[in-house]
Amino acid sequence: MYKFIWLVPLLPLIGAALNGLLGRAFRFSERTVAGLAVGSVALAFLLALAAVYSYGFGGESRWPNPYVTSEGGAFVYNWIPGGAVRLTQGAKERETMAPQTPHNSALDVEWSYQLDPLSAIFMLVITGVGLCIFVFATGYMHGDAGFYRFFAYMGLFMFMMLVLVMGSNFLMMFVGWEGVGLCSYLLIGYYFDRQEAANASRKAFLTNRVGDFGFALAVFAVIGTFGTSQYTDVISQASGYPIELLGHWGIMSWIALGLFIGACGKSAQLPLHVWLPDAMAGPTPVSALIHAATMVTAGLYMLTRTNVIFQHSQTMMFVVAIIGALTAIFAATIGITQNDIKKVLAYSTVSQLGFMFLACGVGSFVFGIFHVMTHAFFKALMFLGAGSVIHGMHHEQDMRRMGGLKKYMPYTYWTFFAGWLAICGIIPFSGFWSKDEILWNAAATNYIPYGWVFWLIATIAATCTAFYMTRLMAMTFWGKEKFLEPPAGGEADEAHASAFDKGLTSHDARKFSAGDRPRHEPGEHVGQTHGKGKHDVHVPHESPANMWVPLAVLAVLATVGGLVGIGPAFKSITGSEHFGSRLNIVNWLNPIIWNPGTHSFGNASHAETATSGTATNAGQVPASRAAEVPHPAEATEGEAAEPYGDTGFNLAHTIAQRIGHGATEWLFIIISLLAAGAGMGLGYLFYLKDTRLPGIWANRLRPLYNASYNKYWVDEFYGWAITRRTMDIARGVFAFDSRVVDGAVNGTAWLTRLSSRITGGIDKYFVDGLVNAIAAFVIRLMSPLVRAAQTGLAQNYALMMVIGLLVAVAVFFYTDIVGAVMGR
Amino acid sequence: MLKFNIHILSIVTWLPVLGGIIIIALFKKDKATLIKRFATVWLGLDFVASLYLWFRYDSGLGGMQFLEDHQWIPVIGARYQMGADGVSVLLILLTTLLGVIAALSSWEYIQKREKEYYALLLFLQAAVLGVFSSMDMFLFYLFFEVSLVPMYFLVGIWGGENRLYAAIKFFLYTLVGSVVMLLGILKMYFLTQDPDVYSKITPATINLLAGNPAAAAIVNNTVTAAAHGGTFNIIYLQAMGSVLPMDVVQVLLFFAFALGFAIKVPMFPFHTWLPDAHVEAPTAGSVILAGILLKLGTYGFYRFNIPMFPAASIDEKYFGSFGVRSVMIFLAIISIIYGALAAMYFVVKKDGDVKKLVAYSSVSSMGVVMLGLFALNPNGLNGAVMQMINHGIYSAALFLLVGIIYERRHTRNVAEFGGLSHVMPGYAAVFLAMVMTAIGLPLLAVFISEFLALRGAFEANPFWAGWGTLGIILNAGYFLWLYQRMFFGTVDNPKNQKLSDLNWREWVYMTPLLILSLWIGCYPKVFMNYISKPVNAVVKQVRPAYPIPGMTTPSLPIDSRTTGQPLSPGQLPQGFTIQPH
Repeated sequence: MYKFIWLVPLLPLIGAALNGLLGRAFRFSERTVAGLAVGSVALAFLLALAAVYSYGFGGESRWPNPYVTSEGGAFVYNWIPGGAVRLTQGAKERETMAPQTPHNSALDVEWSYQLDPLSAIFMLVITGVGLCIFVFATGYMHGDAGFYRFFAYMGLFMFMMLVLVMGSNFLMMFVGWEGVGLCSYLLIGYYFDRQEAANASRKAFLTNRVGDFGFALAVFAVIGTFGTSQYTDVISQASGYPIELLGHWGIMSWIALGLFIGACGKSAQLPLHVWLPDAMAGPTPVSALIHAATMVTAGLYMLTRTNVIFQHSQTMMFVVAIIGALTAIFAATIGITQNDIKKVLAYSTVSQLGFMFLACGVGSFVFGIFHVMTHAFFKALMFLGAGSVIHGMHHEQDMRRMGGLKKYMPYTYWTFFAGWLAICGIIPFSGFWSKDEILWNAAATNYIPYGWVFWLIATIAATCTAFYMTRLMAMTFWGKEKFLEPPAGGEADEAHASAFDKGLTSHDARKFSAGDRPRHEPGEHVGQTHGKGKHDVHVPHESPANMWVPLAVLAVLATVGGLVGIGPAFKSITGSEHFGSRLNIVNWLNPIIWNPGTHSFGNASHAETATSGTATNAGQVPASRAAEVPHPAEATEGEAAEPYGDTGFNLAHTIAQRIGHGATEWLFIIISLLAAGAGMGLGYLFYLKDTRLPGIWANRLRPLYNASYNKYWVDEFYGWAITRRTMDIARGVFAFDSRVVDGAVNGTAWLTRLSSRITGGIDKYFVDGLVNAIAAFVIRLMSPLVRAAQTGLAQNYALMMVIGLLVAVAVFFYTDIVGAVMGR
Repeated sequence: MLKFNIHILSIVTWLPVLGGIIIIALFKKDKATLIKRFATVWLGLDFVASLYLWFRYDSGLGGMQFLEDHQWIPVIGARYQMGADGVSVLLILLTTLLGVIAALSSWEYIQKREKEYYALLLFLQAAVLGVFSSMDMFLFYLFFEVSLVPMYFLVGIWGGENRLYAAIKFFLYTLVGSVVMLLGILKMYFLTQDPDVYSKITPATINLLAGNPAAAAIVNNTVTAAAHGGTFNIIYLQAMGSVLPMDVVQVLLFFAFALGFAIKVPMFPFHTWLPDAHVEAPTAGSVILAGILLKLGTYGFYRFNIPMFPAASIDEKYFGSFGVRSVMIFLAIISIIYGALAAMYFVVKKDGDVKKLVAYSSVSSMGVVMLGLFALNPNGLNGAVMQMINHGIYSAALFLLVGIIYERRHTRNVAEFGGLSHVMPGYAAVFLAMVMTAIGLPLLAVFISEFLALRGAFEANPFWAGWGTLGIILNAGYFLWLYQRMFFGTVDNPKNQKLSDLNWREWVYMTPLLILSLWIGCYPKVFMNYISKPVNAVVKQVRPAYPIPGMTTPSLPIDSRTTGQPLSPGQLPQGFTIQPH
């Protein structure tokens, strides 16, 4: 079955092409467009499911070895025959290694797809969550004038995203990388008549381009080092390179740095995070699909795909962890003060991505990917829930004008509730399993020093997360029904007031205020509208079935999705360290994670792959001698496998020495639950119990509040330091060009003209004057003579002719005559 | 193998001239519709004829093919020699295609003196085609110079307000360069008569550069005919370059040629004629200018500078800490970044001229070509050659698009537009596709070439690639901003309310460019097959030690010209004859 994976990306592309190219000309109905789009994605999902099943569990299973379509000849062609390549990078490192023959010395980039444990997870998440979002969007975008265009872009996005995760080489990843960037550009700017949407889309694309700068250079370096861009070759070659410890900087660090810059751009990490919150100007299903579930996790995919390279550089692991932790706390603190429901979710996404990067930085790539998966479930759910709220609230996004929606939108409320528990990290919801593992691994890491600091930061960030999510729940679904109150002025109401002043209806998309507005026909009755008078109120309504059913599906996933990664702490209940054999994400992914301690694959330091059922297959990978490697968390038992040597104080190990390993794990689980509980409790206290508290504390902590509310002024700073300065440089360059460079050209022309004028003057008055003077002189002198010669007598002329002839003969035969005369 | 007596290159080159003469001689001045239809069909005919090259070029064989060799000016040894390698074939096809498109795009735009206009367009076409198919330097120079004249008139007669200034600037500026180049050509010519130089030329070099036995035989034929006189045969001149010592003569010769070509490219700081010429030129003029005439410069570097002066091309220490190559790379990188920043000015500015923006972006884009060329490795050269083609596609398309809106609104001022997506959705979609091509989006043409060119530059020096990549970010910046200002938002300007979308004629000439962009982006192999062998030969000529797996060169015995013996028929490959002199 997995031989057909090439169809998975192709199907959405076909759907998109049909919608995009024919939708306008043939005036496809919404039904047709939706059918094509949803149908193609559903087929792709089923196909992906079948492929992954046959790859991992079926009779011809070849897990965990990658399957590349080029080996079966299923779907492959030589894409870029770039010509010969010389390996110019990494020569110093190769000196220290056993001589390797490079894979090939010609750059022949092939177009082929790869199925391996990592791409399998991404395929399923993208098509599965994508399917839910597509279905939701058919309801959400109902009535929009550009329905076909929207689904064409969405289908194109699915194609590009699938190419990103299924490509078999770096170039294809780059294709998907830029391709999803394009689709993101198109979809953020979908309501292109709104200035802020247009600005946001451009900002997103350009920020990503900065990241791509690093990515592109890294790809060049990969080709310059390994002579190929095919993952399988690069990864097997790279594992032989020497490890670069903290403070040492070699080729692997360079490549990892370039890749990481790319990942920062796409996954909105500091300092390239600025585009993601603005990207919320796009329609909400877009935010759910692209800016929560799939595209923004591409950075994690990249890190995990190239974990061999990253793990060769302890410095870069450290950098990844720092950036991840900083982003997590930075975005979480911003999320606390935002009032736009989508902005809160956006900063939450940035923060959660920070968690994932932190996971990679501390060496537990598996849990980074696990969190990608659970996050895709609950964040897509919450975005769609927010979309449902916005839809039900007639395109109101400001939470200060919501409240009490629980009563009006029960399905949305209860599904959102599941998402809320999941993101806060309450057992047994999906978010708990992944987030807890990340926190634990940060505390217990022996990859990088100062693990406990990262743990502390992440725990605080998790508390903030629980706080702002509870705030969101309270302001939106609980408490007073503020939409019933007459608008009280201020920022929240300006949009409303202006819309009403212009006599626009609630679902009228043609207004220029902030927010996400599908283009319903003016005056179209979508929900109930009550009230009368100028500032009338709209009573929210529950969304139709094609919107809440996907919510329900995602809510189930957000609830139970984490069970594929139950941690070793629950051994006593589940019966094994990583319950579920190959269905457990740890066991599933381990074989592609390189272990710097053993210099081999298949043994993330957190797992014993030798659980039942995997041992036989794991034997296919020479590297997966997992069982031989001790569990690093069991350092207390004197079997420390510290991949890069001593990393100093380790919180988890120190505690474990006192109270034992199992107890320590439980201790950290309790701490993380307490942190979540504290955040939720505070949120309850502030936004339900005593709603005066937020105002009081905002006043007490005014500078902090302002910093958070204004997103630490990063946008303003970039605008001033980069955008404005680049524009100044552009102005300067043009001024230089027109004045100096072109000035020199025109100056030369002027000089030439000047000299020609001077020459002309000289010519006219001096040279020509001289000629004329001589001529006049000659005329005056000679004319009497010549006149005398003009006798008019033929004999005279004949005489002159004879004389002339004689002279001519004399001149012509001068030498002969002289010779004859001289007697020679 | 028998590629001797077909004369296809002559047919393709001279067919437009015939068309031009027909227009001048047979058509009445006032039959404008007939003239434009005739010219378009005729250029289409030329395109069809040039397709022969596409289908019959043997890329497995490589080297110069479709050879023609005739006695021309025996006194100086100039011969009428034509031949095309894969690079030339692609450029010829680009030229003939853009010729048709340029003619089509002029139907509405040109409203006066159509007869002269279309005749000049045809003559221009012939001159450019001649440049790409000459195998004799004298012939090349003739075409190279002649191409200036029709362009001068196209800008000077049918141009905008300031057309005379622009036309004269264009003409004189490029003429200055080519006159200096002429000195270089003469010096090279005299060197071909210097036994100290030519006696060192090895048959292996000629075989390498000729690429196939037939072409090598022609070289032999030529030098035999020239006896001890001079010759202008390009392959021979290239072969001679490799035995020139790396001294002041070679450096001077390099810069003599480089000046002529750098002005054409144009490289910073010789680029200022370009924006002026573009702004004033009619749409078709801009299309030909950006799409093809600029390629004469880069083609010159590819065909002459690098293979003729390999030692200078790769030199990095002639002037102490930097060398000839360093100068070229430096200028290329400056061109990339400088061109992008200068282009950005026209969106930063409130009322920037869209055409100027595209013109400056050409400076940037051609900088990538130069960077790739002087990376001097297969990746870089492949990328550079592909970038020539791709730039021809997308810059032509963008100029056409600007022309389309100019025809409707008679302005190119960015501030006049906004929200065009609402009124011209088809136009907006095509524009978007071309903008995305221009900024190097994968699966579209420019990505392939920029990737390869920069990858080649990275192999030579990572920092070069770093600077080049930076310029590409800037490209994305101003193109997206331009797109936003023109197409996003609401239709604020009442004059834009009733603009009509693309008509069938505009669709007809935009579609091939769109298809090409996608085709090259998704499956460039078809195109790169044509160029890989010639490009590898150039790399080998510059760096004999560069390992290129699977590369073969013919090993035809080339008689040293000192013996004066032509090849005996037995020495020739099968199915191959040499025309008697």
